[in-house]
Amino acid sequence: MSRPTPKDATLSEVFSPRAIDAAAVGFVLAHLDTAKPVLWIQDRLSRKETGRPHLRGLPRPIEIIHVDANRPVDVLWAMEEGLRCAAFGAVLGEVWGDPAVLDFTATKRLALRSEAHRIPAWLIRRAATAGLSAARNRWRVASLQSLKHPWDSRAPGAPVWEADLFRSRWGKTGRWVAQYDGTRLTFDHGVEADAYDDQRREAER
Amino acid sequence: MSRLSSRDMDLAAALKQLETGLQTPAPDWAKPKPSGRRILSLHLPRFAMDRWQIMADRRGDSPPADMPCALAVDSARGAMIHATNHAAEAAGVYIGARVVDMRAICPALYLDHADVDSDARALERLMLWSRRWAPWTARDGADGIVMDITGCAHLFGGEDAMLLQIEDRLAGLGLNSASAIAPTHGAAWGLARFGTVRAVCPPDQLETQISALPVRALRITDDTTLLLNRLGLKTIGDLIAVPRVPLARRFARAPLAENPLMRLDQMVGKLAEPLDAPDDPPRFITHARLPEPVQDPTEWIPQLAQDLCADLEAAGFGARRITLTVYRTDGDVSSVTVATSQPSRDAAHLAKLFDGKLDRIDPGYGFDLITLAAPFVEQMGKLQHRLDRRATDGSELAQTIDRLTARFGPRGVLRPAPLERHIPERSEQWRPAMAGTPDPAATHPRRPIRLLEHPEEIRVLYAVPEGPPAQFVWRRQVHRVGRFDGPERIAPEWWADKPGTRLRDYYKVEDQHGLRLWIYREGVLGDLRGAEPRWFLHGLFA
Repeated sequence: MSRPTPKDATLSEVFSPRAIDAAAVGFVLAHLDTAKPVLWIQDRLSRKETGRPHLRGLPRPIEIIHVDANRPVDVLWAMEEGLRCAAFGAVLGEVWGDPAVLDFTATKRLALRSEAHRIPAWLIRRAATAGLSAARNRWRVASLQSLKHPWDSRAPGAPVWEADLFRSRWGKTGRWVAQYDGTRLTFDHGVEADAYDDQRREAER
Repeated sequence: MSRLSSRDMDLAAALKQLETGLQTPAPDWAKPKPSGRRILSLHLPRFAMDRWQIMADRRGDSPPADMPCALAVDSARGAMIHATNHAAEAAGVYIGARVVDMRAICPALYLDHADVDSDARALERLMLWSRRWAPWTARDGADGIVMDITGCAHLFGGEDAMLLQIEDRLAGLGLNSASAIAPTHGAAWGLARFGTVRAVCPPDQLETQISALPVRALRITDDTTLLLNRLGLKTIGDLIAVPRVPLARRFARAPLAENPLMRLDQMVGKLAEPLDAPDDPPRFITHARLPEPVQDPTEWIPQLAQDLCADLEAAGFGARRITLTVYRTDGDVSSVTVATSQPSRDAAHLAKLFDGKLDRIDPGYGFDLITLAAPFVEQMGKLQHRLDRRATDGSELAQTIDRLTARFGPRGVLRPAPLERHIPERSEQWRPAMAGTPDPAATHPRRPIRLLEHPEEIRVLYAVPEGPPAQFVWRRQVHRVGRFDGPERIAPEWWADKPGTRLRDYYKVEDQHGLRLWIYREGVLGDLRGAEPRWFLHGLFA
C-alpha cells in the first residue's frame, strides 16, 4: 500500500507499451485534481492513431484546450508556452515515437519550467523507447483485466492498470496495480501485480 | 449644328440668347461650395506600357527607347491598340486604333499582348502601397488613384512637396505619372489630366482653375464631349456661363457619366462624392519610417506596439486584431494579421504574437515604411493588476490562447463543447478556443475516454448470434473478446440523417490483454437497410 510521493508539480513521462492502450490517458487524468483548464496537445500521429479525448468519457468534467500540433517540436513548443501560464491546471503532451527533438535538453527545459511555475506537466509517449530523459518520474502504464462488475458477471467492471514507476527522482520506484474510482487513485501492492502477470500470461496462451 | 437632335434645340436657343446678350451672363449656380477636404488625384497615363517596359527590363530584352512599341488587345473589330510608348505616339499610333491600320502607318511598330487583368491587379496593389502617404485611397478608373489627403500634407512638407515626392517615387518605380490636389475629386481628376504640372488648387481658386479646363475634364463620355463641343462649349468656363435651367432640361435623364451638369456639381462640391476605399482606414495606426530599406521588421515591432497601445489606452479601447504592413521599395505591400481572443493593449503580448509569423512577409528588395494598425478594436476599461503584475481577469489564459492560435491557426487550438446529440461523434463540437468558454459537459460512465476520428471497420473472425463477435481483427491484431457490456442502441437522428441510415448497437468489450474497446454493429440483420451488418471500432476506454 505504499504510494509514491513525487513533488506536486513536475514533468512526468508515461509510456504506453501498447500504442493503442488508453490506460495511460486514464492514469494521467486520475492524477489531475484541478478545477483549472487543462492544455492538451497531440501530435498528428497520436491524433490519427488513438483519436482525440472524448468530453463525455472523461472521469469528471475537465475544461480542455486542445492543440492540434503537426510535429513533435510543435508539441514541445506549445507545452513550454502553456507552462508559462498560471491559468492552466496541467499541461499534457502526446508524442508518438522517438523524435530527435525530444532529447534530454528538451525534457529538462520542460521539467524546470514546470517546477518553476508549479504546473504539472505530463508527457504521454506511445510507440516509444524509454531513452535518456530528464523527466522526474517515468511510468509505464498498461491495462489489466478489469475488476468484476458488481451487477453483471459478463461485463467488464472498474478499470485496473499496471503502473510501473521505473525511474523516480524523489520517490521509490516500483510496480503497483492502480485503480481509479472517479475521486481517488489507489495503488495496490506489487505482489498482486505478479498475480495479474500470471493472469495475462494465461490469457495470451 | 445640323446633326443636333431636336432635344438640343432648346439648349441651342438658350446659347443663342447668350451670344446676342439678351440675357445677362454671370450665373452663380456654379459657385463652389466651401469644404475642408483635400483630394489628390494621381494619373498614370502609360501604366500598362510602363509595366511592360519594367518587365522587359527585368528580362533584359527591352527594346531601344526610340523604337515604337505598342500593346494590343483583342476586340470585336480585331486587334486594337491598348497602350503606346512615346516613340509610337510620335509616329502617329493612337490608342483605340486597329492594329492593321497602325502597322500601315508605322511598319516598324513592335507589338505585344496587353495583360489587362494583371495590370488591374498591379494597380490595386499600387493603390494599397500609396497608403504610405494617406490612409484613404481608392482606384480611380483603369489608370488612376485617388487619395483623401485631408490633414496629411504637412507630414511631407506641404502639398507641393508631397506631389513632388509622390511623382519622384513613382518615377523611381519606372512609372509616368501626373498629379494634382484640389478640394474635390472631380477637380483633382481634371487638373491631374488637363491642368498644369502638379497643380495645387486652394479652395478659393477652384472656380478660376477649373474654368480653363476643357469639358473633357468633367469625366464625361466622348459622345457627350462631342455634343458639348458642337454646341460651342469648349471649356468648363463656357459651360458655367450657360444658364442652368436649359442645361438641366437637356440632361435631365442622362446618367452620371453623360451628365455634364452633375459632373460639374461634383467638381465644385455641390454633389457629394465620397471616396470609396476598399476598406476603411483604421482608427489606430502607428508608423515607422526608415531612412534605409531593410528586410526584417522585427526590431521595430516593440516600439510600434507600444505606440499603438498608448493610443488605444488613451481612447479606452483594446485591439482584437492587429495588422503589420510593410511598404516595399518596389511599389508593393505585404502584410500579416494576428488576432486576440479578448481585447488587449498589452504591448509585449501583441508584439509577441508576431513571433514566427514574420517569415510570411515577402520583403522583396526591402521596405522603408512599417505600419502597425488595429483594424478591429473593442471597448476596454482600465484594469488593475495585482502586485505581482499578474492580471486578475483571466487575460493570462486568453493571451496564451492568442499565442498558440498565432502559431497553429484558429483551427489548431480548439475547445470541445458538448451538444445535446445522441450520436457520439456529434455530441461534441470542437470550436476555436478564441470563441470563448463552452458550458461544462456532463460525463457518462459508458462513454470511452478516446474517440477515434473516424470509426474503423473491424473484421469479424468468429461471430456469435447475440452480442459482440468472439474474435475480431483490428489493425491486423486479433482481439479475443472476454467480457462485454451492452448493447447500447443508438438510433439514427431521423431529422438529420439520410434515409436508410442504420442504427448502431454499441458494446464495451474487453480483450485478452485487458484493452477495453468500444465497438458497434451498424444495423441489424433484416432491417431492410442493406446487407449483412458491419462492425466498427469507435473508441478506447481507459
